[in-house]
Amino acid sequence: MPTYTSNFQGERHRFTGLTDLLAKASPRRSGDELAGLAAATDAQRVAARSVLADLPLTVFLNEALVPYETDEVTRLILDSHDTAAFAPVAHLTVGGLRDWLLSYDATPERLSVLAPGLTPEMVAAVSKLMRNQDLISVASRCRVVTAFRNTQGLPGRLGSRLQPNHPTDDPRGIGAAIIDGLLLGCGDAVIGINPAADSVAGGIALLEMLETLRLRHDIPAQSCVLAHVTNTLEMIRRGAPVDLVFQSIAGTEAANNGFGVNLSILREARDAALSLKRGTVGTNVMYFETGQGAALSADAHHGIDQQTVEARAYAVARAFSPLLVNTVVGFIGPEYLYDGKQIIRAGLEDHFCGKLLGVPMGVDVCYTNHAEADQDDMDSLMTLLTVAGVNFLIAVPGADDVMLNYQSASFHDMLYLRTQFGLQAAPEFESWLERMDLKDRAGRIGAQPPALLSLPGWEAPDAA
Amino acid sequence: MPPDPWAPLRATTTARIGLNRTGDAPGLDAVLSFQLAHARARDAVHTSLDSAALAEAIAPAPVVHVCSQAPDRATYLRRPDLGRRLDPACRDRLTGPCEVAFVLADGLSAIAVQRHAPPFLRACLDRLTGWEIGPVVIATQARVALGDEIGAALHARLCAVLIGERPGLSVADSLGVYLTWQPQPGRRDSERNCISNIHAAGLSYDAAADMLVWLITEAARRKLTGVGLKPQTGADLIAAMQSSPHKEIDLEPERFPMPVRDPPVFERDASAEK
Repeated sequence: MPTYTSNFQGERHRFTGLTDLLAKASPRRSGDELAGLAAATDAQRVAARSVLADLPLTVFLNEALVPYETDEVTRLILDSHDTAAFAPVAHLTVGGLRDWLLSYDATPERLSVLAPGLTPEMVAAVSKLMRNQDLISVASRCRVVTAFRNTQGLPGRLGSRLQPNHPTDDPRGIGAAIIDGLLLGCGDAVIGINPAADSVAGGIALLEMLETLRLRHDIPAQSCVLAHVTNTLEMIRRGAPVDLVFQSIAGTEAANNGFGVNLSILREARDAALSLKRGTVGTNVMYFETGQGAALSADAHHGIDQQTVEARAYAVARAFSPLLVNTVVGFIGPEYLYDGKQIIRAGLEDHFCGKLLGVPMGVDVCYTNHAEADQDDMDSLMTLLTVAGVNFLIAVPGADDVMLNYQSASFHDMLYLRTQFGLQAAPEFESWLERMDLKDRAGRIGAQPPALLSLPGWEAPDAA
Repeated sequence: MPPDPWAPLRATTTARIGLNRTGDAPGLDAVLSFQLAHARARDAVHTSLDSAALAEAIAPAPVVHVCSQAPDRATYLRRPDLGRRLDPACRDRLTGPCEVAFVLADGLSAIAVQRHAPPFLRACLDRLTGWEIGPVVIATQARVALGDEIGAALHARLCAVLIGERPGLSVADSLGVYLTWQPQPGRRDSERNCISNIHAAGLSYDAAADMLVWLITEAARRKLTGVGLKPQTGADLIAAMQSSPHKEIDLEPERFPMPVRDPPVFERDASAEK
């Protein structure tokens, strides 16, 4: 294992291998400290960055952080690496890539062409040399456009996942939250339910409810019940109206095993969803969630810092041409991301890494009650991410998820972001909002909705 | 005043739907209501357990006080590993053997333990006559797995950790119970059984005690806890509870935040209390 030494402005430090160097170069966060990987001092952290900056990018093609022989994610990363796309930057160091990304030469077109030439380790490494404004500046130039029943990721657009969870999966309670979100113009990215119970029959019932609602109102949006991929496969076998296949994924084979998945089952699920041919304007049928700390919490991080191993999850995601990918950035708790500052930094890193790799990246801007964070921190992060051109954000009624017991962004937050930055939802969905008379003359979501939408089997009392 | 069109929808969910608006923002009443709920949850996380008052509340049961290796809340939140290890200075206070050890642990909500552990413990002890129960251990800055070291020191066959669950905006004082057969350091979460959501609007003391005593009895008979004891469908538990005199049991699906957001039924390890 190579040893790296720094002599940066008199800072003498020794780092044992690439993994150690990456971890020590990471901005401070509780998860790396918990894992015993973090820099011991702030000066050591900067020294690690100075060493990292001088490494050639090719080192990441020659030295795998997790052995090729024992990890299918490493095999996926290296076997699918596009050397032609990599060629224009193949001569650069990590620091050189940072400079190029920030240069005026890094146009959306060039970044898009470069994406398949970059590996997650390269992208994670360069992010460690970048300030928050750098992460925003570069990510805002990355375009990843995907489509199913509407088109996500277009310039001038901000998508939202309507997350209408209910503690007991009561379809009426879920329906009430969906109505609330639709009337506030949310849900173009997906209407996505986290079921409380792990049941195939229950999932099918929810999917059928979503399907009836969608058909009744001709909503150009996709739906998803975020069940385990094997359950979704079973739902497809039983003829359920599955639009998107969801799965939580992570950046190592062992961590994915902890989630009960591997690349082969994901492939099978994607094929099954494609066979249904339910997309009208596109064929991106997968939806993935990730989050820093997932691999460590499964004790499957292989001594890699949590941000780098998270970026490897995006390599898994991009192999399946997903419609949507989001990091659930503050969900995992303060032992991984302690406070608002760490959550904000991680959210910007995840979005940057995903976008640079060509992944249609969204974010669940969120926190738990034992983290040192509050809604002010979420306001900051959602605003920064919108400046960075995030594809979509998660939105729940009043920012309070009553099933998963954590706080995210609200439907109202989506209105604020759209107004503030002059953005709209996906074009097909925006036309629907107009058809449904949900917008006022100024083009904003009206303060007084014309009537409550009716739910299957449950007509709104004042629908007349 | 016209009737509120949201009223019938609000009856179906505790979600914050139909909030009034000014411009893009929700009304101030909604904002302050959210802030109060969050403040209560944070207060629950940061309030210290009053161990003396808790010992008094469960008198005359004999009590032993212990603490973990996490010296304070800030460390406890960052270093769950320290919350799982016993402060060596406390070890000598624990002697055994016993059949069932009860540990009252602050976890992420001391007020949940303060409020619900005494009546719930009483309900359990009333049902466990004839069992050899160890001294009740009150543990501070404690995670679930601290019960493994405590249970081992007590030479307990079974250890039940009553612990404050991570507060949500709707409930800040929810109590959970983790039962472990042959507790010893290194036990995995899959080797435990969990009963969750014990609070005023959730599972009642009697219902939860019935479930725990069923689990204790079955664990002792089959000499295990965890996935092996876990009925996949919950059918065994339902049968046990239907034979209970306390029939107002509400079999609510489990709702635990998981790193993966695919919460399985009757199986968990990650509410926040790993």
